Amino acid sequence: MDLHRHLDDELGSLRDRVLLLGGAAEMALDRAMYALSERDSEVARQVLDHDDDVDHLEVEIDRQCIDIIALRQPAARDLRFVISVAKMAPVLERIADHACNIARTAIDLNNEPELKSVLDLSRMSEHALKMLRAALDAFTSGDAIAAREIIKSDSEINDLYNHTFHRLIELMVTEPTTATRDARLLFVAKHLERIGDYVTDICELTVYMAEAAFIKHT
Amino acid sequence: MPVQTAPPKLEVRQKPESTFVRASGKAKVVVRDLNFFYGKVQALHNISLEIPERIVMAFIGPSGCGKSTFLRTLNRMNDVIPATRIAGQILIDDHDIYTPGTDVVELRRRVGMVFQKSNPFPKSIFDNVAYGLRINRVTKSSSELADRVEEALKDAALWNEVKDRLKTSALSLSGGQQQRLCIARALAIRPEVLLMDEPASALDPIATSKIEELIFDLKKQYTIVIVTHNMQQAARVSDTTAFFLLGKLIEVNSTEKMFTAPNEKLTEDYITGRFG
Repeated sequence: MDLHRHLDDELGSLRDRVLLLGGAAEMALDRAMYALSERDSEVARQVLDHDDDVDHLEVEIDRQCIDIIALRQPAARDLRFVISVAKMAPVLERIADHACNIARTAIDLNNEPELKSVLDLSRMSEHALKMLRAALDAFTSGDAIAAREIIKSDSEINDLYNHTFHRLIELMVTEPTTATRDARLLFVAKHLERIGDYVTDICELTVYMAEAAFIKHT
Repeated sequence: MPVQTAPPKLEVRQKPESTFVRASGKAKVVVRDLNFFYGKVQALHNISLEIPERIVMAFIGPSGCGKSTFLRTLNRMNDVIPATRIAGQILIDDHDIYTPGTDVVELRRRVGMVFQKSNPFPKSIFDNVAYGLRINRVTKSSSELADRVEEALKDAALWNEVKDRLKTSALSLSGGQQQRLCIARALAIRPEVLLMDEPASALDPIATSKIEELIFDLKKQYTIVIVTHNMQQAARVSDTTAFFLLGKLIEVNSTEKMFTAPNEKLTEDYITGRFG
């Protein structure tokens, strides 16, 4: 019985760590977008400084997953949980990397004259953050139904990205002097669109964890 | 200028089949509504199960769940225990093995058994393997006997280790070798089904690995049923797993499904170690 409790403790600790990583990715994205919209390079630098901690956490989760598989040989729901976490951790780390890229862009843009606000970027980031939070909640509660709903909502980010893309291209044509800066914002939009895809990956892993169903590429 | 060659065209390959997909062969053994009693104590309750031919099926479950009892019903080994009673049907190749008049010796020739503890006879390696052939008068000449012994030892992956000392005592072999000798002894009379009751539980990891490799090879020719307490072993060697609890068959499933997403909560609780 003690051995089972020990495994439960280890799985609980793994869950805590991945949620910590999720929280760190969420905070990095939130702050990076704040740094961009409020032209606050100091906050952008904090995001970059914090990235080492995120990387470290990902490696810790990797190690913990390997240890549990090697030493505890989990099966069934325990195995699905460990596998899901092992695949989710790099996804969350990539989200934090995209947030760092946005933070770097913010630092670059903050050294140049302010651009007209591109409203859809903030809507995109709000939606991405909302999706990420909901995905982490669905993972925590093993809620496959919620995870499937979140996957559907990724199309909204894609629509916003397409709209932003065309809007920025228009701006480049009508105001060529701002083209370089517009191009940077285009990258920001692309980062946000990719984050939506990563959140979809997280939700697919949650569905696998909860139902043992492979819905990726379906 | 170097001549540029066109990159090779990507061929659209047919989607490969999952390596986990098992052939669903004809049922070798069919069990219907089997109940088994030790005196007044019912040890097995309404077991119905099909074992396809040339697969490995593992029986798992906690001690006392009835898996070994069930295994022994498949070649009527429980007949030798006094005051036992059985109801239901066990068909092997459509023949009910509990029909009165069934030749039990012939049945046990067709359904061989390997036990938890290796039990070689205090005879030479050769004589151990030849024993069943001799008492069943299977071979007609000494050269045919020698050929059958060699074939069985090769099938049991023991030939290379013992071919130069066939006349030495079987008791001089290591535990793992003795167990493979017992498997060779069972194989010598060319059974169709091989029952294994925790065949590697007393062996070290290397000897266990050899037995497991052997099981993997043997399923090309035989239908194998293995009882094991070691769930990793069940996962490694079997195609299908059956979970027993308190004399009831709770779930039969493909081994990969059983160990990643079993249908029954009781199964999941057992294999994740949260049982009880």
